[in-house]
Amino acid sequence: MIADGVEDEEKWLAAGIAGLQQNAFYMHRALDSNNLRDALKYSAQMLSELRTSRLSPHKYYELYMRAFDELRKLEMFFKEETRRGCSIVDLYELVQHAGNILPRLYLLCTVGSVYIKSKEAPAKDVLKDLVEMCRGIQHPVRGLFLRSYLAQVSRDKLPDIGSEYEGDADTVVDAVEFVLQNFTEMNKLWVRMQHQGPAREKEKREKERSELRDLVGKNLHVLSQIEGIDLDMYKETVLPRVLEQVVNCKDEIAQYYLMDCIIQVFPDEYHLQTLDVLLGAFPQLQPTVDIKTVLSRLMERLSNYAASSADVLPEFLQVEAFSKLNNAIGKVIEAQPDMPILGVITLYSSLLTFTLHVHPDRLDYADQVLGACVKKLSGKEKLEDKKATKQIVALLSAPLDKYNDIVTALKLSNYPRVMEYLDSETNKVMATVIIQSIMKNKTRISTADRVEALFELIKGLIKDLDDAFHDEVDEDDFKEEQNSVARLIQLLHSDDPEEMFKIICTVRKHILGGGPKRLPFTVPPLVFSSLKLVRQLQGQEENPFGEEESTTPKKIFQVLNQTVETLSNIPAPELALQLFLQCAEAANDCDLEPVAYEFFTQAYILYEEEISDSRAQVTAIHLIIGTLQRMHVFGVENRDTLTHKATGYSAKLLKKPDQCRAVYACSHLFWVDDQDNVKDGERVLLCLKRALRIANAAQQMSNAARGSAGSVTLFVEILNKYLYFFEKGNPQITVAAIQSLIELITTEMHSDSSTLDPAADAFFASTLRYMEFQKQKGGAIGEKYEPIKV
Amino acid sequence: MVLVLAIGDLNIPHRAPDLPPKFKSMLVPGKIQHIICTGNLCIKEVHDYFKTLCPDLHITRGEYDEDSRYPENKTLTIGQFKLGICHGHQVIPWGDLDSLAMVQRQLDVDILVTGHTHQFKAYKHEGGVVINPGSATGAYSSFTYDVNPSFVLMDIDGLRVVVYVYELIDGEVKVDKIDFKKTATAPSAH
Repeated sequence: MIADGVEDEEKWLAAGIAGLQQNAFYMHRALDSNNLRDALKYSAQMLSELRTSRLSPHKYYELYMRAFDELRKLEMFFKEETRRGCSIVDLYELVQHAGNILPRLYLLCTVGSVYIKSKEAPAKDVLKDLVEMCRGIQHPVRGLFLRSYLAQVSRDKLPDIGSEYEGDADTVVDAVEFVLQNFTEMNKLWVRMQHQGPAREKEKREKERSELRDLVGKNLHVLSQIEGIDLDMYKETVLPRVLEQVVNCKDEIAQYYLMDCIIQVFPDEYHLQTLDVLLGAFPQLQPTVDIKTVLSRLMERLSNYAASSADVLPEFLQVEAFSKLNNAIGKVIEAQPDMPILGVITLYSSLLTFTLHVHPDRLDYADQVLGACVKKLSGKEKLEDKKATKQIVALLSAPLDKYNDIVTALKLSNYPRVMEYLDSETNKVMATVIIQSIMKNKTRISTADRVEALFELIKGLIKDLDDAFHDEVDEDDFKEEQNSVARLIQLLHSDDPEEMFKIICTVRKHILGGGPKRLPFTVPPLVFSSLKLVRQLQGQEENPFGEEESTTPKKIFQVLNQTVETLSNIPAPELALQLFLQCAEAANDCDLEPVAYEFFTQAYILYEEEISDSRAQVTAIHLIIGTLQRMHVFGVENRDTLTHKATGYSAKLLKKPDQCRAVYACSHLFWVDDQDNVKDGERVLLCLKRALRIANAAQQMSNAARGSAGSVTLFVEILNKYLYFFEKGNPQITVAAIQSLIELITTEMHSDSSTLDPAADAFFASTLRYMEFQKQKGGAIGEKYEPIKV
Repeated sequence: MVLVLAIGDLNIPHRAPDLPPKFKSMLVPGKIQHIICTGNLCIKEVHDYFKTLCPDLHITRGEYDEDSRYPENKTLTIGQFKLGICHGHQVIPWGDLDSLAMVQRQLDVDILVTGHTHQFKAYKHEGGVVINPGSATGAYSSFTYDVNPSFVLMDIDGLRVVVYVYELIDGEVKVDKIDFKKTATAPSAH
């Protein structure tokens, strides 16, 4: 059925256009031969096509535009005619003889335009006549287009200030009156459309109405362009009359559109000065009108206005814009208790943006807005509506963007309260927004109180909020979240050690509630922050008269011990081991032998009991040996115990090559350059010999298992170590020992069962080159190397 | 002229939140042909960031790296030079130049790039050059108290490599340069 309708409409439109064009053709002929009578006859016939009721507004518009073009030519003709001596008054009279009223009125308006231009009568009289005559058409679509035509042709002929049509009798008041009347009539016609036709076609009608709305709105545009309207006239006449029509028409579509139109079309300064009146209209509108959107747009405009220049800000204060808007919103929300939560938040969001722009220094206003939001949210469950939560994120992000500084946002007491109402997903989103803001602005959070407040806000990321099971969080997302928390921890800093220690303890308190999945991310940055603090304290003199409570490295190490311990329980033993060793080194720098020993003990226990993966063991051993090698704080006994253990672990690694390498690395534990009491040449040699034995065993195993000896790389490595200690002056490393090792390698390389290994060959070759080079050096080194034959 | 970025020990997010902004603005994609990274990034985001600077990325494993699949050491050839990479926590004593020279001989490379100590070093010995680009973020190091953020850019041209070191000192980027020349092109002769 509908498809038929559309097809029919096309047909009717085509027919209408054909008729129009045909009559236009004859009209032109008449115009060319200056035949006024015929011109009028054919133009009237042409305009009769506009009498149709069959076309939808969209199609009617096409017909109308063609008629409009033709009427322009007719108007020019009329102008010519008056110059030729035809009286305009007579012409005005003549066109009224047209048979049907619609063509008659179109022609009248056309002549009227020429009439006004001729200035033979005051503009206001002609305009008044026309606007009243148009009442003859009460059909909505036809009437709207007719009046639209009137508006168009009269546009440049209004007796505005400074216009040529202004006179003693004609003033801007008359211009305004004309436009207002046209507007009022047009709106009435427009509203009437709503009630025409059967109820089932309501949707169709509303769509058609929407197509026509700009015709009505145009009048407001025209008003806004009239130069002669100043603030007073706007206040006294224009706005009240427009609002009167808007309120009285009691039509939802018209009210929404026109309120919005008023806001968009008239200048912001006017809105500020008429805020009472404007806001006063809202409660009078139909309850179904989407007031929140209109209000939001108003606030948006005013926010932009405020942002445009600082000069306008005093105006806002003078009219008390904030409190008026705040009250208006409150009233609207009260009047509509069923307003969905999305609406409420949108309103407050716009108001908050407004406040931030207009009163950036009034944190209390911003807090007030948030407080009103909290009040409205309270008593409700956590929000489920996705759009609403999105709006809340926007609401909470606004202060962050404006202040560029989480610290200021933290001062808003209602800020965390709003966050309470977010579900855990959105809480995390908001927390991430906050962290990103801090990182982008490089905000320094420098007191424990602020850290406390901050961590309260972002607790969605710090720990599991719901007790119930929630959906599996995506691995990558989780990692990203926790890494951003880790980065955040780096930014928490105070130069005052006491305060910094408090910060560390506060952070620790929060992250320990994070559970096993989060600790591996959050503990390391805290540990390193603490170690940095230890360094800072080292630089300061120990104050013997200092208070019991003051922060000392010892205290920090105690905290560190307990903190890293939590990782061992997760399990994250490798990470814990690494961190214990870091702490040990720091304790070493503070000359705290028992503390360092304790850390080593913890690390060793982890190694023995928790680290069973071969690769992990190798890394762990390297770290243990590397760290131990640098310790200078240990007394002989302690050092011996730890060294003995380390060598023991090395020899028990799974793979022979790993064993070999770890054992010869241990040789360095017995010889430290800058510690004269650690230069035990014998123990060094013992290690190296042990390494050799292991390398040999590796060769034999390889022979047995694979039928060929393995590569000689290990031997070359050990040879390099021999040379290292030889150069350092270890008396146990003799030329003979080196020589025999060289021979051993050479033999192995040339033996039948040896594996081809170009890398090992190259290594051996470069080692020999090195020895040659050292020989050439001369001096003490040259002398040392002299006896070695390469 | 081949530009090689040598960078490492960022320790993000364990010890530092991010690269210094002044470094970030200097490191733009498309200018560098290779990136050599000593390790301890530690997270994927840093890896991805480097990839955007240059797709030819070579990384070795540091003890805190999230991705345990990075190799312990790596060698590659760029122009006339053979380069080796190793994080350095495996080479004991840490930072000891003689021990590092041994690694260099073992990998048979002209330039060894290594890290772990967070201290910039460029050291020439008979076997070649050892370069430590330091820590790009100036991260805490048990090795040294004085850590300025730094990285190295090598310009390899024929038999010559110019090493530019960029250090962030008191908020200003200072550049220094060192020249090295290789004596012959044959791989194992000097």
